[in-house]
Amino acid sequence: MAASMRIINGKVYDPANDIDGEIKELCIKDGKIVDSVDDNATVIDAQGMVVMPGGVDIHCHIAGPKVNAARKLQPEDHRHDVHPATPFTRSGSGGTVPSTFATGYRYATLGYTTAMEAAVTPIGARHTLEEFHDTPVIDKGFYVLLANNIFLQQLLREKRMEEFEQAVAWWINSTKAYTVKLVNPGGDEPWKGKKNSNVSDIDEKTDEELTPRQIIREFIKVCNKRAFPHPIHIHCNNLGHSGNYTTTLETLKTAESLKAHIAHIQFHCYGGELGKNPTSKARDIIDYLKTHPNITCDVGQVMFGKATVMTADAPMAYVLKGHAKGKWVNADTECESGCGIVPFTYQEHSYVHTLQWAIGLELFLMSQDPWQVVLSTDHPNGGSFMNYPKLIKLLMDKAFRHEEMKRVNQKALDSCSLRELEREYTLNEIAIITRAGPARALGLDCKGHLGIGADADITIYDEMEDKEEMFNAARYVIKAGIPIIENHEFSNDTIGKLFHIAPEYDKKIEEVVQPFFENYYSIEFSNYAVDDRYLHDHQIIPTQEDAL
Amino acid sequence: MTENTRIVENATCTFCGCVCDDMQLHVDLDEKRITKAKNACILGRAWFAEHTIEDAPAAMIDGKEVTIEEAIEEAAQTLVNAKFPITYGLSDTTCEAQRQAVAISDIIKGNIDTTTSVCHGPSGLAFQGVGESTSTLGEVKNRADLVIYWGGNPAESHPRHFGRYAVTPKGMFTPGGKKDRTVVLVDVRKTKSAPVSDIFIMPKPGKDFEVLWALRALVKGKKISDDIEETTGVPLETLEDLTDRMKNCRFGVLFFGMGLTMTRGRHFNSGALLALATDLNEFTHFVAKPVRGHGNVTGADNVVSWQTGYPFGVNFSRGYPRFNPGEFTTVDTLSNADADAALIIASDPASNFPKKAIDHLKNIPIITLDTKQTDTTKDAHVAFRTATYGINTTGTVYRMDDVPITLRPAFESPFPEDETILKGIRKRVQELMLAKHQARGGGGEAKVASTTPL
Repeated sequence: MAASMRIINGKVYDPANDIDGEIKELCIKDGKIVDSVDDNATVIDAQGMVVMPGGVDIHCHIAGPKVNAARKLQPEDHRHDVHPATPFTRSGSGGTVPSTFATGYRYATLGYTTAMEAAVTPIGARHTLEEFHDTPVIDKGFYVLLANNIFLQQLLREKRMEEFEQAVAWWINSTKAYTVKLVNPGGDEPWKGKKNSNVSDIDEKTDEELTPRQIIREFIKVCNKRAFPHPIHIHCNNLGHSGNYTTTLETLKTAESLKAHIAHIQFHCYGGELGKNPTSKARDIIDYLKTHPNITCDVGQVMFGKATVMTADAPMAYVLKGHAKGKWVNADTECESGCGIVPFTYQEHSYVHTLQWAIGLELFLMSQDPWQVVLSTDHPNGGSFMNYPKLIKLLMDKAFRHEEMKRVNQKALDSCSLRELEREYTLNEIAIITRAGPARALGLDCKGHLGIGADADITIYDEMEDKEEMFNAARYVIKAGIPIIENHEFSNDTIGKLFHIAPEYDKKIEEVVQPFFENYYSIEFSNYAVDDRYLHDHQIIPTQEDAL
Repeated sequence: MTENTRIVENATCTFCGCVCDDMQLHVDLDEKRITKAKNACILGRAWFAEHTIEDAPAAMIDGKEVTIEEAIEEAAQTLVNAKFPITYGLSDTTCEAQRQAVAISDIIKGNIDTTTSVCHGPSGLAFQGVGESTSTLGEVKNRADLVIYWGGNPAESHPRHFGRYAVTPKGMFTPGGKKDRTVVLVDVRKTKSAPVSDIFIMPKPGKDFEVLWALRALVKGKKISDDIEETTGVPLETLEDLTDRMKNCRFGVLFFGMGLTMTRGRHFNSGALLALATDLNEFTHFVAKPVRGHGNVTGADNVVSWQTGYPFGVNFSRGYPRFNPGEFTTVDTLSNADADAALIIASDPASNFPKKAIDHLKNIPIITLDTKQTDTTKDAHVAFRTATYGINTTGTVYRMDDVPITLRPAFESPFPEDETILKGIRKRVQELMLAKHQARGGGGEAKVASTTPL
């Protein structure tokens, strides 16, 4: 292993440090970027190559109970996409839900070195951390599902706000999560307790007192007050339904000027009437974002072909079951969450699927601020992360985009403005939406850039005209200063580390949670919190409370 | 009881898939045994009482005591030199050990399979076919007002299933406990579980599929002819009544056991039951759940799945995982005489496999990891005696509903943990396989030192 390294002659894209394609030398020592190294350092000559920070995926589903259920569910998805072992790396299987090892290696192949699992039940945290141990190369963290947590809702209903805040902090500490995730707030109880129904409006009372908006507002307030590095990650109500853009705008307004991240916003940009074909409301959403820099979002681009829908939004998955007509998994987690899984294929001939594809592209192409609207496919919901190179080509290559547009449902294109959008992303902008932007939205100062002190996660691509080909397989991938891929071949392996936060809380809150727990959970309170044994290599990202 | 006593609160019983984590264990540290297991059922009490420390060698080769290092070397050589090495068992050890076991199989390009293939394997296949609507056991406790057991006898196999999770506990929306629930038992004979049920249905043996299919039809509003009783032994009125109850409950659950999965029909039976639960979601909330046997068989399914993509019956001979139950499941790799070495972890196939499989097993070198002497360890070429999970070691186990729980050990064992032995074997087979790779002209020696230090 090279302790120090020098990368010379590469064309460097490091937007966080205003470096846009300069030929620049990079020095690496002990896993970090440094200003100089001695002459013994290993040299990589990156002549004719593009150098970027390692990619950062802000929203994907790669580990934990629902991911593993989706893996088990689809042998047909694995068998045609095998992942052989090498002398340095473990074998695995691919498809839209790859095995843990294949997940890590495939992200690395694309030049990604950090990925955040976007939805984990508290009781499933231990499982997720175990899978993380077996997910190599990439650094990772996860967001913990709290919006439909029955106990937290009870505190909100009783207006016990101080205890609510303490309990949120306790839950994050007990699970080693990176931030709070809200999914279809208020929707679980109708699903589990009222014969598979759902909430349909952000101001609809889920019981006598509580509305989704109240849940959303209180969580946003607490997460901002506690200054989590990535304050809150929200999957809005009414995902996928025609006319849902008003719910999305209302959710955004609920944040007022506080920070929030909206997940896979493409699925929340639909006009039209419920039950009828959707229309595009990408422009309305982008207009709101323009004047509200407190909000970040990832797109959740749909890519044609096989996907796997997996979500804590169980009622939504049930709706899709009706369309896909194949196998379906529902998995309720006591007091915490629902979950639905449906194998799914996005088809070019379909009006709805084409419109979803087009709205995602519209969002990218209309966005004025690449730091605010970042890349995701909500892997594997909109398609596998393995589609990222193709998506990048769609954004960078107008001619290619127009060729692709010929193959899709024309009626859907008629109803949106994708044809008129002429923009092409630059390499610098791609570096923002795949690296610098997500890292900044996550509050990960050590990621997404190549300044002095940054983690030495570096990707080197051959500069090529065909951007899909270019981003499909990095020539070199360096992770924490270790060369993992050299000349397109794996030459090493590493586990990667866990990022989590540890907000302070008053220990007395445990006495408040415990009685509820003893009555309504099926495991013992003292066996619930995840202990440090599960953390392997980890880093606590400090909350910025002191700075406020 | 001596003075040197320790009490462990909230310890976990790993005897069955219930994985109850509310044990209060009284441990005599001088005698190294558990004198009392408060909250344990009759099976749990026996499990805790029987796991005492015996005076036996930690490692043996062909029945002769050796050092652990010597045994690891011999085990690794045996596995690396085999053409079709199989690994089997895994359901009574920790996930940490299971992870090492899959790694070994991957590295030596062997075959891995778990006891799932001889218990709920058909349910795994049915899951792949139709999916599953399911829930954690706490949801059943909190919400279920209709509880159906099919082809299982929890009163004797999972004694606390009724009391802790599904029948009597008072939950959020079931404050009256059993009073708020209707309990149905479907089985081919009247077992000790029958008195717990409000309704007992007794189909003819081997007719579960027909009963389930008739119920699916009734749920969908189709007509069923009167002669269904002749075929299945269950009167039409009984089926119609059950259909009504299922469609009109608030939260229903179907638990099913090996009486369904290991009788005529197998994965068709499990599939029919899972499909029935799925169909019922058109009317109300309905879930299903296999009642799993071994303490961590659910962990084995999970670990093998996340590492390979498949739950059991996985072969690595081509350098990547392939799944083919019927070919790569252990009864088959043995009966077909494919296997030429076996690593058996926490399982005793020599006492419960079909004769043809056992005959072949006895003809090949066996490496065992077990806490006790068994029929399999008696024939072992290399035998490790290891510490008991949950009694002597910590680690993770998954309850039958996929909820992971961390174990609290009661007392130390002089024997090593499964994970420790398997890590040792893994390290050695990795070295040996790399040497083979280099001997064939492959490169990479300088870098292997930093390979994943799992």
